[in-house]
Amino acid sequence: MTTNIKTDFPSAATATPVLEMQGIAKRFHGVPALQGVNLTIYPGEVHALMGENGAGKSTLMKILAGAYIADEGEIRINGQPVKITDPGTARQAGINLIYQELNVAPNLTVTENIFMGSELQRGQFLDRKSMELEAQQVLDSLGASFTPQTIVGTLAIAEQQQVEIARALKDKSRILVMDEPTAALSDRETERLFEVIRKLRNDGIAIIYISHRMEEIYALADRISVLRDGQYIGSLTREEISPQRLVQMMVGRSMQDFYEHQRQKNPGAVVLEVRNITDGRKIQPTSFQIRAGEILGLSGLVGAGRTEVSRLIFGADRKVSGEVFLNGKKLEINSPSDAIAAGIGYVPEDRKDQGLFLEMSSRKNIGLNRLKQDAKSGIVNWASVNKIATEAVENFHIRLANLEIRAVDLSGGNQQKLLLARWLAINPRVLMLDEPTRGVDIGAKSEIYRIISDLAAQGVAILMVSSELPEIVGMSDRVLVMREGQLVGELDDSPGIEITQENIMHYATGASEVLAS
Amino acid sequence: MSQTLRPVNNRPGEHSKSSRRKSINNFLQVAGILPILVIICILFSLLSPNFFTAGNAVNILRQASINIVLATGMTFVILTGGIDLSVGSILAVSAVVAVLVSLLPALGWLAVPAALLTGLLLGLLNGALITFLDVPPFIVTLGSLTALRGAAFLVANGTTVINRNINFAWVGNSYVGPLPWLVIIALLTVAVSWFVLRQTVLGVQIYAVGGNERAARLTGIKVNRVLLFVYGVSGLLAGLAGIMSASRLYSATGILGQGYELDAIAAVILGGTSFTGGIGTIGGTLLGALIIAVLNNGLTLLNMSYFWQLVVKGLVIIAAVMIDRLRRRSRR
Repeated sequence: MTTNIKTDFPSAATATPVLEMQGIAKRFHGVPALQGVNLTIYPGEVHALMGENGAGKSTLMKILAGAYIADEGEIRINGQPVKITDPGTARQAGINLIYQELNVAPNLTVTENIFMGSELQRGQFLDRKSMELEAQQVLDSLGASFTPQTIVGTLAIAEQQQVEIARALKDKSRILVMDEPTAALSDRETERLFEVIRKLRNDGIAIIYISHRMEEIYALADRISVLRDGQYIGSLTREEISPQRLVQMMVGRSMQDFYEHQRQKNPGAVVLEVRNITDGRKIQPTSFQIRAGEILGLSGLVGAGRTEVSRLIFGADRKVSGEVFLNGKKLEINSPSDAIAAGIGYVPEDRKDQGLFLEMSSRKNIGLNRLKQDAKSGIVNWASVNKIATEAVENFHIRLANLEIRAVDLSGGNQQKLLLARWLAINPRVLMLDEPTRGVDIGAKSEIYRIISDLAAQGVAILMVSSELPEIVGMSDRVLVMREGQLVGELDDSPGIEITQENIMHYATGASEVLAS
Repeated sequence: MSQTLRPVNNRPGEHSKSSRRKSINNFLQVAGILPILVIICILFSLLSPNFFTAGNAVNILRQASINIVLATGMTFVILTGGIDLSVGSILAVSAVVAVLVSLLPALGWLAVPAALLTGLLLGLLNGALITFLDVPPFIVTLGSLTALRGAAFLVANGTTVINRNINFAWVGNSYVGPLPWLVIIALLTVAVSWFVLRQTVLGVQIYAVGGNERAARLTGIKVNRVLLFVYGVSGLLAGLAGIMSASRLYSATGILGQGYELDAIAAVILGGTSFTGGIGTIGGTLLGALIIAVLNNGLTLLNMSYFWQLVVKGLVIIAAVMIDRLRRRSRR
C-alpha cells in the first residue's frame, strides 16, 4: 500500500514541527467547543484528525484557516508564533484548506481558477502565457491529466479537487487541510487522490486529513490525533493504530456489541407485501414481503435502484403499475401523505436535502408528522408537541441544549436521530430507512442500531436500504439484493445463501450469473 | 460537520438559563428592525414639531393600513419562497368591482363580498398556475400584474367609477374611538395572520414548504394545497385592500394601487423575512410597513420634494436591511 512509511515519528529531536497548536480553546455562546487542544504536525506527514461528529475537528481547522479566532492558545509555524486573524493571514502562513464542498468557479478555466485573486499581470493586462505555464507545471507535479485551458465545470469531481490542490500548491502551501475529501469520489478517484496525497507528502508538505472512513486512515495516515467533546485525547503513531483502540479513544468506551441485533428466526405475519411494483423505466416489476418484527436489508451497488423502490412504495415517485398490501389489505398510495396515513414511514437518504427543516427548531422537526393528528380544528397542540419532543430527546439520547436549537446547529448523528424521532412519533407499522447511518459518527451509529432493533422487537416491519455491507450483514434478518433495477438475490442464512458480505457482492456485481452460465 | 454551536447535554439546571437566553435572542430577532423604527421616529420628532403627536400617529397608522394588509399577504407567499407581484393589480380589479356592485340597485350589499371573492379567485388563479403548470411564481405573477391591470381598466371602462353613497363608506372613513376602521382592519389582519402562522398546522406547514420543499413532500405535506392557500390569502387580502381604497375614495379607477406590490415586498424584506423562504414573522412585516409609512409621513412634514422622498425611502430600505444583516452576523 504505502511504500514510504516514516517510522521515526515523532522525533521532535530531529525535526522541527511545521505546525504547533497549543492550548487552543474556543467558545460559542458560552458553550465550550474546544478546550486545551494541542496538535503538532511535522513536515512530510499525513496526520489524520479523528473524532465523532461534534468533537471539534472542524472548529479546530477553521481556527487554523482563520475562519474563527481562538479564545485562548498559541499557534506556531516552524517554531515561530503567528497570529491568524483571517483567511488571508492563514494563506500567507502557508495554510490551505480544502473543504468537502469544492470551492471552484465551474465556468472558468483551470488556469483562471488556480490564479483567481492573484492573477499575473504584464502592465495593465493579464499575463495569460505565464499563468498557463505555471499552471501546467503545478498540474504536472500533481500528475493531472487535463490541460490548464479546460473549463473546470467539464471536469470530474476528483479533477476539480485537483484544481483546488493545485491552487494551494501554487500558493506555496506548507500545510494542507483536507476535510473528508473522498466523500464525493468513486473508489478509483479515491485511489488517485491518495497517490496525489502521497506525492505531496514526499515533497515535504504536511497534510491534515479528516475522515470517518477507517480504511482511508490505514491507507494514508502516518500519525493520528483524536479529539472528543472538544478535548484533545491523544495521538497515535502508525504502528499503534488499531480499530479497537481508535474507537475507544473516540467514543470513550470500547466497541462491544456494535450491532446489537439478534437475527430473528421466526418473524410474525406478513405486514407489507409489494407486488410487481415498477416505475416503467428503471425499476423492473419488483415483489417482496416484510413480516412483523423483521428487518429486511435491501442491498446492491449504488444506483441499483434501491432508493427508487422505496420511493415507489412510499408514493414519492409515480408508479406505473404494481400493488402494495398492508396486513393483506390493498392500499391506494398516490402520494407520501397516503402512505403515512396507512402507517408507512420513510427516512430518506439525504437528511439535509430531503429530511430536515434546517432552519426550524428541533421541537418542530420532531413534532411535524404528529401535528395534524394531535391538532384540534387545525390549531397546533404545542403541549403534545413538547411532550413528544422531550420524550424523543430522552429516549434517543439526542444531544441538544434545548428544543429551540435549530436542526442546522446539530451534529450529523443528532440530526439523524431527530429525523428518526419524527417518524417514530407516528408509530409506523412499516418503516423504510434509506442509508440510516450515512455520515454519522460511531457513537450515534450504535445508538441508531439500537433504536432500529428495538423497533423490530416491537413488531414494526423494517426495510433498510444501505450501501454499508457490515451494516446490512449485522442488522438484517433477511437480505434482498438489487442489480440494475431488479431483485437478483435473496439471502436468509439458509445453507448456501448465508448473509455474508461475499454472498451479497456476488449478486450485486452479477458474479453469480457469470458463474452460473 | 457544519455546526457552530456545540450542543450540550440536557441538564435541568442549564435548561432554564439557556432557554432564557434563547428567548432574549428570539426577542432580538423579532425586534430586528424595531430600533431602526425608533431611531427614525426620534429623528423626525427632533426635526419637526408636528411629528410626535397623537393625531399624527393615527395618521401614520391610517396611511400604513393598506400596505400592512398587502404586506401581510405577501409574507405568506414569501415564506414559501415565492413572490406575488400582482397584488396592486388585484387591488384595482377588486376596488372597481366593489364600486360597480355597490351601484347595483338591489344588490349593493354584495359589494364587499364580491370584491373579496374577486381577490380570492384571482389569487387562487395565480396559485393554480404556479402549482399545476409548474411556472415560477415570479413569471406567473408578473404576467397577472400586467393582465389584471388591463382587466381593471376594462371593467372600469377606462374611467373612474364613483359612488358618493357607497354602502361600505364606514370602512375608510369611520372611527372607533380615536382609531379609524382602516387601522383596526389592518391590525386585525395582522393578528389573525399571526395566529395562523404561529398556532395552526397550516402555519407550520407554510414554514416547512418554504424551508425545504422536498422534505415537506416526504413528510406528507400537501405542498400544492399550501401554495394554493398562500396565493389565495395574498389575493384575498389584496381584495380587502381594494375595498379599503375604494371606500376611502368613494371611487375606483384602473390605475389604483399601481406599484403597491413594491412597498409590500419592501415591508416584508425590512421585516427580516428571507427571500428564499422558511424564515420570517408577521411582526417583522408590521414593523417594516410602519417604517415605510413613517418615512412617507415624516419626509412630507419636512416639506421634502416627492422626488427626494423616493430617493431617501429607497436608501433607508437598503440601509435598514444592511444594518440588520451586520448585526445578525456579529451576534453569531
